[in-house]
Amino acid sequence: MLVTFPHMGNAYIAMKSVLEDLGVDVLVPPPCTKRTLELGAKHSPELACLPLKLNIGNYIESLERGAEVIVMAGGCGPCRFGYYAEVQREILQDLGYSFKMVVLERPQGNVRDFVKKLSVITGGKSVMQVLASIKRATRVAVLMDELEKLCWQVRPRERVSGTVSRLMKEFHSKAYRARGSSQLSALIGEYKNKVSDVAVIEGKEVLRIGIVGEIYTVIEPYVSLSIAEKLGSLGAEVDKSITVSYWVINHLIKEALHLHNKRELNKASYPYLRSFVGGHGQESVANTVLYKRKGYDGVIHLLPFTCMPEIVARSALPEVSRQYCIPVMTLVLDELTGEAGYMTRLEGFIDLIRRKKELDKAYEEVLPGN
Amino acid sequence: MPKVGIPRALLYYNYFPLWEVFFEELGAEVVLSGLTNKKILDDGVNCCVDDACLPMKVFHGHAVHLKNRVDYLFVPRLISVEKNEYICPKFCGLPDMVINSVKGLPTVIDCTINLRNGNKSLRKAVLEVGRLFTGSFSRIYKAYQKAAVELAAYERLMLNGATPLDALNGKGPLPADYQYSIGLIGHPYNIYDNYVSMGIIEKLRGRGINVLTQDMVCKEVLDRVAEGFPKPMFWSFGKKIMAASSYLIDQRKVRGIIYLVAFGCGLDALVGDLVERRIRKKGVPFCMITIDEHTGEAGVDTRLEAFIDMIEWRDTQECL
Repeated sequence: MLVTFPHMGNAYIAMKSVLEDLGVDVLVPPPCTKRTLELGAKHSPELACLPLKLNIGNYIESLERGAEVIVMAGGCGPCRFGYYAEVQREILQDLGYSFKMVVLERPQGNVRDFVKKLSVITGGKSVMQVLASIKRATRVAVLMDELEKLCWQVRPRERVSGTVSRLMKEFHSKAYRARGSSQLSALIGEYKNKVSDVAVIEGKEVLRIGIVGEIYTVIEPYVSLSIAEKLGSLGAEVDKSITVSYWVINHLIKEALHLHNKRELNKASYPYLRSFVGGHGQESVANTVLYKRKGYDGVIHLLPFTCMPEIVARSALPEVSRQYCIPVMTLVLDELTGEAGYMTRLEGFIDLIRRKKELDKAYEEVLPGN
Repeated sequence: MPKVGIPRALLYYNYFPLWEVFFEELGAEVVLSGLTNKKILDDGVNCCVDDACLPMKVFHGHAVHLKNRVDYLFVPRLISVEKNEYICPKFCGLPDMVINSVKGLPTVIDCTINLRNGNKSLRKAVLEVGRLFTGSFSRIYKAYQKAAVELAAYERLMLNGATPLDALNGKGPLPADYQYSIGLIGHPYNIYDNYVSMGIIEKLRGRGINVLTQDMVCKEVLDRVAEGFPKPMFWSFGKKIMAASSYLIDQRKVRGIIYLVAFGCGLDALVGDLVERRIRKKGVPFCMITIDEHTGEAGVDTRLEAFIDMIEWRDTQECL
């Protein structure tokens, strides 16, 4: 039984780890390409959000390669993601594919139900074995995010531009072939060393940009046209407010156990957005405030076209930007996003921030008493 | 007498009689914004986030229309009106969106109504709003009781085949001299707003066709149909739309279905696709009309006429 799942940035590494540790044959869909998006856009509802379309593209490309089971996450609203699996199943069925879809919902306090659903793919593995492999996969996800974070820091400072990106490309092609948590974490460790050994320009001043927004567009490099890489090559260090490990630990594990402490986030977003609006809308507003407090120079807000929670967040961001004096740029992404126009906006934004920083510095110097 | 402004948009069509009676019983004067028109829509488009859906823009327009005429603007935060269900993320953040986008607002009454986990928050919201006008709990309680009775009467009128516009204008159910019925489904604020829907109900009735909407089917029936969904739908309106479309077809109450979709509506994008796939498999005529701030009336008329002609053509040309 060949199991597949949709892509979301480096989430495939954690998925591979958990499933392979349980002895499941995994087919990782080929990385998202133009064909993936075209297939998805062709068969999905026109106004559905971008992640749904790319998921469909991933499924079709996996089913073409012989996948039999699709694992997908579910939810309980109000964001559309919770109903993705239902719509996707009908689309694929109407296209004539035969497959089985396993929808994993967040365990609502009942871990046994969750494991039971998982047992469709894992066979007779015990609850303890499943939990142990989830624990190992979480560890892999954390390591992977550390590696990615290291890349964001090294990239703007590297001596020969493009070194980190080349290493990461090499890493991903090897990760596709690695099996199980032990091989994956060894590979991640190896590349962590390689990336830290990249020659850097010491003491180079870089801008710091925070990225907030809808989880899929923040994490999946294909839809954001590799925003972290692009900003890195423009000399900016990025940080993403949402990563795979953050999502797994806080949304899947802690929230199920009612341990997710959102007090800081709620407090930061309260003057602008006082309620949970589904997805990560409230987090986007809160993290913009928190990035300012941590001394970041600017924030980029990403959302797929028609994303409901992020539209609410978007209405609050101009006010946050004004009151906290931090530049915020919103980029709406869909299947028609053109790379040249996108690049121009990023370059413009970086120039603006650099200029603002110089001016702020100049003001500080001429102020009497300094 | 304090003036409370209620925008004639979004859930106005579902709950207006309730809040009207409630505020009047508390001694406030209810000011309703005018019928949606080009000015209101343009004002809304100008101040609202540009990728919000059409009904949100319309709501912002009504808020602008009211802001200088009233002491309070009523923009409740409607998170959920049914157990375990939501309305839509934008409704959860509606007061924030309006406050952030419209400048110079009067005091906004933004009580939170969240029936997702039970009725407790409704009582809290009613008291919170009531206390702005009176200190007497029993007066608030009585006002709400009376308002709830009013709402129930209003909903009964709709079950008898009146649209909200008929009911709000004091008209009862229409006489039954029509030829056949067509199902008109979609979010209530799209199908009942005559400017947004370009008078689709009047146009159909003008051709001697009766219009059935999801609000004319009783809730228990819809809930029973909805139990057959592969996964419970967590959007109250999405659930209603999906259940009503399959009920109206399976009971042979309608000859065709028209789904009015607002451009940019997240729910309609997914629910519309699911509904369309189901209806097509049943071989019933289906027409999806997407409306936005640019929609030209002539194009919609042409599609309506073609749809009606097609339904009538089937009578003579096809054996059903």
